[in-house]
Amino acid sequence: MNTVCVVGASLAGLLTARALRDQGYEGRLVVIGEERHRPYDRPPLSKDFLKGVIGEADLALEDDGEDPRIEWRLGVAATGLDAVSRRITLSDGTSLVVDGIVIATGAAARTLPRTEGLRGVHTLRTLDDAHALRAELESAGRLVVIGGGFIGAEVAATARELGLGVTLVESGPAPLAGVVGLTMAQAIAALHEQRGVRLIAGARVTEVTATERAGSLRADGVRLEDGTHLPADVVVVGIGAVPNTAWLRGSGVELGDGVLCDEGGGTSVPGIVAVGDCAAWWDPAQGRHHRIEHWTGARQRAAVAAATLLSGGTARPAPPRPAYIWSDQFDMKIQFIGRADEADTVTVEEGDPADGRFLAVYRQADRPVAVLGVNQVRLFTRWRRQLETMPVQAG
Amino acid sequence: MIPACPLASLPRGEALRLDVDPPIAVFHTDDGDLFAIDDTCTHQDASLADGWLEGCEVECPLHASRFDLRTGMVDAPPAKRPVRTHQVVVEDDVIYVVPSDAPPNLPPGVTVKGQA
Repeated sequence: MNTVCVVGASLAGLLTARALRDQGYEGRLVVIGEERHRPYDRPPLSKDFLKGVIGEADLALEDDGEDPRIEWRLGVAATGLDAVSRRITLSDGTSLVVDGIVIATGAAARTLPRTEGLRGVHTLRTLDDAHALRAELESAGRLVVIGGGFIGAEVAATARELGLGVTLVESGPAPLAGVVGLTMAQAIAALHEQRGVRLIAGARVTEVTATERAGSLRADGVRLEDGTHLPADVVVVGIGAVPNTAWLRGSGVELGDGVLCDEGGGTSVPGIVAVGDCAAWWDPAQGRHHRIEHWTGARQRAAVAAATLLSGGTARPAPPRPAYIWSDQFDMKIQFIGRADEADTVTVEEGDPADGRFLAVYRQADRPVAVLGVNQVRLFTRWRRQLETMPVQAG
Repeated sequence: MIPACPLASLPRGEALRLDVDPPIAVFHTDDGDLFAIDDTCTHQDASLADGWLEGCEVECPLHASRFDLRTGMVDAPPAKRPVRTHQVVVEDDVIYVVPSDAPPNLPPGVTVKGQA
């Protein structure tokens, strides 16, 4: 292989590029990034960066002295791929013919229909999104967050800490219930309410209302299905992400919910791998493809994807480890590993949820399948170690 | 030299946090070696003594960057900067730490008390 192109310049792309060098690849290495920024860390965008505790320089993912001999093409998007000739076409009209391709184009925030062009409505995925939201939160009094996933819950907490009145609207029974299960989600929800977030669960949003101001439409509230109107100066929509794979349509690379990959990141086309939020790797334990939209997923899989590409697919990956997730909300360090939906029982084994400091273990029969820690860093780490080193069971 | 603890009270595989400023973590590895580094991860305020000790490395308990206890070097993001290392001395079965003169690499928002 003389030329490898990594399409996507965020965590998964950067780490895979680094892994290619670490694993001995000496050829030309091009990294294409749609955003104009060098690789940066996204998790703080909804937390310390949004709060103003850290700045843009703190987000940089590259080391100061780092030189993995990368040719950066930033501010251009890949718009098409011909898998047979391995030609990547770019948004600036140029194209690139390469030998190996790493697809790491990530995912984009899902938007709410009929809010396009409405001022005061935000999604949060990129640094530019975070700058725009931070600027608006400075002068706003009331925030409505639509969607109680991690982004929604984190933005709600940050905005509350900035002094805004915050309402969080969640269509399910409680925020984060899809990840940590209903019982523990309710415990975390109560901690949000204690800290001043108004929570409306089981509610559907019918529209974002708007008024005309200075010739443009600006959001002024959110209407729910039961007619309730929640006034807002700013609305944040956190309803998930969709993989950035439109540029691969018709390329010959097989797509599902993301780029379909084997358990080593290899796509349906030899010499092309995919990693990060855009990639749906085969999970042998679950017997299906699925995307892991978490930071640690991108980190763990970069080296595997690089090995798959360099070996032509003959490298055998180690079995996947359970996904580890962290989140900071108010004074709570929330840590989670495993799968709550596999559990029959969940028990609090340390502390008390009401105090915002506890550890809960999820079990299927007697086997621990997931652990949740809230401000229990030391104990959680011991449990995480146990779950990560347990033999993987086929499901 | 800062006295840490009697050697016998820090078993292999365990870590101890010293409440000096900034705090220092002392590790006793499974192979019986003793190391001391700044306790605070260089990325964000987390105690490395609460981390996952494996060989001569400790993994940050929050975001899983791994620090080499011998050199302080970090393996992968989110941490970028090495953690400061300190010398460890054992005298009469007591562990002592000789604090480094080098400036610490503390995360954004964390400062040494009494300094801006």
